[in-house]
Amino acid sequence: MPSLPDTLAGVILAALTAYVLLGGADFGGGVWDLLASGPRKARQRDLIAHAIGPVWEANHVWLILAIVLLFTCFPRAFATMAVGLHVPLTLMLIGIVLRGSAFVFQSYGGGGGRVFATASLVTPVLLGICVGAVASGTVWFGVRDGTFVTSFIRSWFTPFGFAVGIFTLACFAFLAAVYLTLEAKDTELQEDFRLRAIAAGAAVFAMAVLGLAVFPQAPPVDEGVVALTGAAALAAFWSLWRRRYKRARIAAAAQVTLIVWGWGIAQYPSLLPPDLTIAGAAAPRVTLELALIAVVAGAIVLFPSLYYLMRVFKGNRALEAP
Amino acid sequence: MSDLLAARSQMAVSLAFHIIFAVIGIAMPVLMVLAERRWQRTRDPVYLDLAKRWARGTAILFAVGAVSGTVLSFELGLLWPRFMALAGPVIGMPFSLEGFAFFTEAIFLGVYLYGWEKVSPRAHLLAGVLVALSGAASGIFVVIANAWMNTPTGFTLANGSFSSIDPIAAMGTPAAFPQTLHMTLAAYAATGLGVAGIHAFMLLRNRTSAFHRAALTIGLVVGTPAAVLQPISGDIAARYVARRQPVKLAAMEALYETRAGAPITIGPGIKIPYALSLLAFHDPRAVVQGLDAVPRDEWPNVPLVHAAFDLMVVLGTYMALVGLWAGWLAWRKRDVATRRRFLWALVIAAPSGFLAVEAGWMVTELGRQPWIIFGVLKTADAVTPMPGLIVPFATITLLYCALGVIVAVLLYRQIVRSPQT
Repeated sequence: MPSLPDTLAGVILAALTAYVLLGGADFGGGVWDLLASGPRKARQRDLIAHAIGPVWEANHVWLILAIVLLFTCFPRAFATMAVGLHVPLTLMLIGIVLRGSAFVFQSYGGGGGRVFATASLVTPVLLGICVGAVASGTVWFGVRDGTFVTSFIRSWFTPFGFAVGIFTLACFAFLAAVYLTLEAKDTELQEDFRLRAIAAGAAVFAMAVLGLAVFPQAPPVDEGVVALTGAAALAAFWSLWRRRYKRARIAAAAQVTLIVWGWGIAQYPSLLPPDLTIAGAAAPRVTLELALIAVVAGAIVLFPSLYYLMRVFKGNRALEAP
Repeated sequence: MSDLLAARSQMAVSLAFHIIFAVIGIAMPVLMVLAERRWQRTRDPVYLDLAKRWARGTAILFAVGAVSGTVLSFELGLLWPRFMALAGPVIGMPFSLEGFAFFTEAIFLGVYLYGWEKVSPRAHLLAGVLVALSGAASGIFVVIANAWMNTPTGFTLANGSFSSIDPIAAMGTPAAFPQTLHMTLAAYAATGLGVAGIHAFMLLRNRTSAFHRAALTIGLVVGTPAAVLQPISGDIAARYVARRQPVKLAAMEALYETRAGAPITIGPGIKIPYALSLLAFHDPRAVVQGLDAVPRDEWPNVPLVHAAFDLMVVLGTYMALVGLWAGWLAWRKRDVATRRRFLWALVIAAPSGFLAVEAGWMVTELGRQPWIIFGVLKTADAVTPMPGLIVPFATITLLYCALGVIVAVLLYRQIVRSPQT
């Protein structure tokens, strides 16, 4: 039985995983909007807008949930991140505001398509940069060594940070392309996104291999998790190749989930390396207990509602290869 | 500009921007559901048109409200990390519950907006009702967290840190009831009369439009009761402030000296004898604590708080009177849509509610200064150590100004403009 702080840290990582799998794919949709090309350019963009429209706000709330649970259950970790990562977090917020509002303006005839696509490109990179800084243990509360640059820039403005940022973007684009093969209502569009999914998947794979080789100082990732992630990636490729899109969706989601949890397992029991552990940063027990009760009660309302939303809009309308 | 002032200004701009969207997000789904219900009963296409237009408006406003709300949840830490480190375990609970309420709202808004053809009429209406309920709930949870900052409870303070934390007691903070009541009524009053006022303006130019007439009626149905009840909730709130935050009351009323039978000061030199004692304690002889009871460095900005309070009261009173007028006309079965003077009164009421909401928040936030947690933690001690905060302040301000203009243009095009057919 995991301890109470570990359980809640797991809940927060699960919320973050849901954000990556769902909200991340919405950002990925923006990337494919930007890269729309070929004879079906307009139809590609149309498909993306229709796929994102009903669900993006619900998908976005996973991030809010992760943040409020983080500051309720691990207030010191939240405060430290908010100070040390003030600059990239603020930039990420601007990206979130621009992406969300430009998308809705575009949907209601106000233009803003380029802003939507560009913000979709930048925001995931900043999210990845923040994750990279947390993982490499460079985030501090307060002024270190006196200068602005050493305290508030150097912690995240690193080759490793940018590598994680670009990798995050590639993962989001990969997820979006795989999901869009199931959203497409005709085979031509489906083929467009199949090829994009294969290309993005290859990029994710190459970056992962390269990253493990170039950044040995990064937190050591569990070998079993690496093997499982590789297996999921191969399953996703094979399913895409054989045009088994539902299977590809499951494999791609599993692959990205394993990447997120691989990060979590690698830095366990640290919450914010090097000093803050999950147990050390945890709020008093009564707060954690109540937060867990709220999570369970919330889940009882949330999951049937989410299932309903997905069933209404993401039901079996897609083409499946014979 | 000092970093503290920049941080406070950024928080102020973010809240002032977000609150407009939050208020409309709480009340607009009620109007939208009422219009849909009328359509389902009467099959009059005007109501379907209204429900769809209001749903589009809600979609635009909800999206901007969702992203500006996300900004705020991060800004709590980005600007006030020491506040969050201390208060997170005590008041994280209402924020977490707000997260779930907001989630429910987002899910069913998706069903409502995109599900016209995909779910049954009954399920569609129910989705709208759930949006309205969860919208109200998320507003209430956030206001509870703010109430705790005014009357902090549920912990023991020793050596600058909290022990014996009790998050349930924190949610039951004394200010929670008066603040949530006042804010929820404000949302319905401001939005209802705001919608009624916009369509009153259109009716003054185009008297026969069934569309604007229907919109005006539904706006009044939601806004009028709330506007009429608001002075009562204001009285409850003021009496709580008198007991729990006497400094804030003294600033609201610009009462510098503690005295029995305190008067109300309106503008320079005009005083109503005994009125403040009567209002604050329902007793004309009651002693009201003045600003002299606390050291000078614990005073809020008195002229600003006093002016904001008076503005809120004037606007709220005006809206209540317009509400009573509407009730009177309805009772006498008069056609409100043809009464020019009443329509003009509504046009003036349209921005009043939103101005009153902003003024009311200035009272509660500026009136709490210099404390971020009243009596426990000073705002200056909670601010982030990061320098150069004027840069994010300026960036967020410019961003929100641009968004505000775009939203206004889109809303006009999508909703207000008369149907072309």
